[in-house]
Amino acid sequence: MTTERKIRLTVNGKAYESLVPVRMTLVDFLRGELDLTGTHVGCEHGVCGACTILVDGSAMRSCLMLAVQADGANLMTVEGLAEGPELHPLQRAFQRNHALQCGFCTPGLLMTAYEFLRDTSSPTEEQVREGISGNICRCTGYAPIVQAILDVSQEAG
Amino acid sequence: MKPARFDYYSPDSPNEALELLGQYGDDAKILAGGQSLMPMMNMRLVRPKVVIDINRIAGLSHISPRPDGGLAVGAMTRQRELERSALVLETAPLLSLAIPYIGHFQIRNRGTVGGSLAHSDPAAEIPAVCLTLDTEFELASSAGERTVKAEDFFLNHLTTALEPAELLTQIRIPQTVGNWRWGFQEVCRRDGDFALVGAATMLRLDDRGICLESRITAFGAGGTPMRMNAAENHLSGSSVNADDRSEAARLVSDALDPISDIHASAKYRQDVAGVMVRRALEQALLPMEGEDAA
Ligand SMILES: Cc1cc2nc3c(=O)[nH]c(=O)nc-3n(C[C@H](O)[C@H](O)[C@H](O)COP(=O)(O)OP(=O)(O)OC[C@H]3O[C@@H](n4cnc5c(N)ncnc54)[C@H](O)[C@@H]3O)c2cc1C
Repeated sequence: MTTERKIRLTVNGKAYESLVPVRMTLVDFLRGELDLTGTHVGCEHGVCGACTILVDGSAMRSCLMLAVQADGANLMTVEGLAEGPELHPLQRAFQRNHALQCGFCTPGLLMTAYEFLRDTSSPTEEQVREGISGNICRCTGYAPIVQAILDVSQEAG
Repeated sequence: MKPARFDYYSPDSPNEALELLGQYGDDAKILAGGQSLMPMMNMRLVRPKVVIDINRIAGLSHISPRPDGGLAVGAMTRQRELERSALVLETAPLLSLAIPYIGHFQIRNRGTVGGSLAHSDPAAEIPAVCLTLDTEFELASSAGERTVKAEDFFLNHLTTALEPAELLTQIRIPQTVGNWRWGFQEVCRRDGDFALVGAATMLRLDDRGICLESRITAFGAGGTPMRMNAAENHLSGSSVNADDRSEAARLVSDALDPISDIHASAKYRQDVAGVMVRRALEQALLPMEGEDAA
């Protein structure tokens, strides 16, 4: 039977080895097995974006991957952004701009913005809006989120 | 646990995958990018007994020039790779134009060309573009290989010519020779949503701007993307002026018999498909980079 598999992977620079049921989604593995509960789980069909993490550097839905598929992969979750007590510039900008209220969408938005800014270093507001169109926020109305991301790009530029 | 129980295989070679497919057939599902299959499994709309994950097979992901000038694209090529490919932009610009409309970049980072074609959502962009580009599909099973033309590949709503034990390995996009121009248009409520309806167009013009050949595809307006023959015929030999474009749009609307659903009514789809065709034709006629506006 192939209903369980051993996987090895790196998450935020730390190596893990684990025996996982093959039908466990990656987001459930991160939260339930590794106790990395920063990544949130929302709609579980790829629409809301709350579970977005970086898989080998690319932003993806961790609810639409199986944990076994991450065997050998290098993952980065929201817990990997800050360096010790030092928040990542994106996190600081979100805080400064009040880009979150309940915080449910925040980890997915941060990881989305992380790849977005890596690819588009001085984006227009319209590009930012398109870039975050795959992440649903029900509190802020998006304006402060867009501002926070623009802030970071201007700081860096 | 979200998905129902299944047995999981992650073959390293196409042959191994074909053997498994031959063995399990209807009970098995191929897992490519998972951006359509995983939502269905998470909601338990699909409960495969066996999942055959083809992500570890080397060689299924590539974008390569063909000796005859066309392009070969491996089934596991991520949509995002197509979006970024200079070779695709050069050889099949219609594809480059359409890819950014697929979902969001996080979806395109994982979703594959083959998955989109095999899934064959009537509103999907890649099937519409492949139909317009006269793409050929290479299918393999343990019994052998065959090639299917785009016009024979899309059969019905979410149904293609793929047999349960077949794997789509790559597509071949023929070279387009001559002065071709491209247009791609769709409407949706929000960025990244599936199109309510859309159109892809290609025009080949002679030096005087007379249309030698045209291709028009409507999508999201029936079970599969559809070539609009009456409109194509109307444009051939014309100068594709405003009247010709309006007539093509009318012929398209007339030819369609779409469905109503929660996203849009049949009447809306029928009318707006014509509008999308007209706009895609206008887009195709815009001066291209490095060309005089005159
Ligand atoms: C939020 C969201 C928005 C989206 N928006 C759009 C959109 O606007 N437009 C659009 O076109 N798509 C959209 N998609 C779907 C996306 O493009 C999928 O990636 C695509 O439909 C399926 O490709 P996949 O590689 O993910 O395939 P999978 O989900 O892994 O597989 C899909 C189906 O194809 C079969 N299959 C896969 N590969 C092969 C193969 N090589 N041979 C034989 N069978 C195979 C599988 O068994 C399965 O039945 C969206 C998805 C999400 C989650």
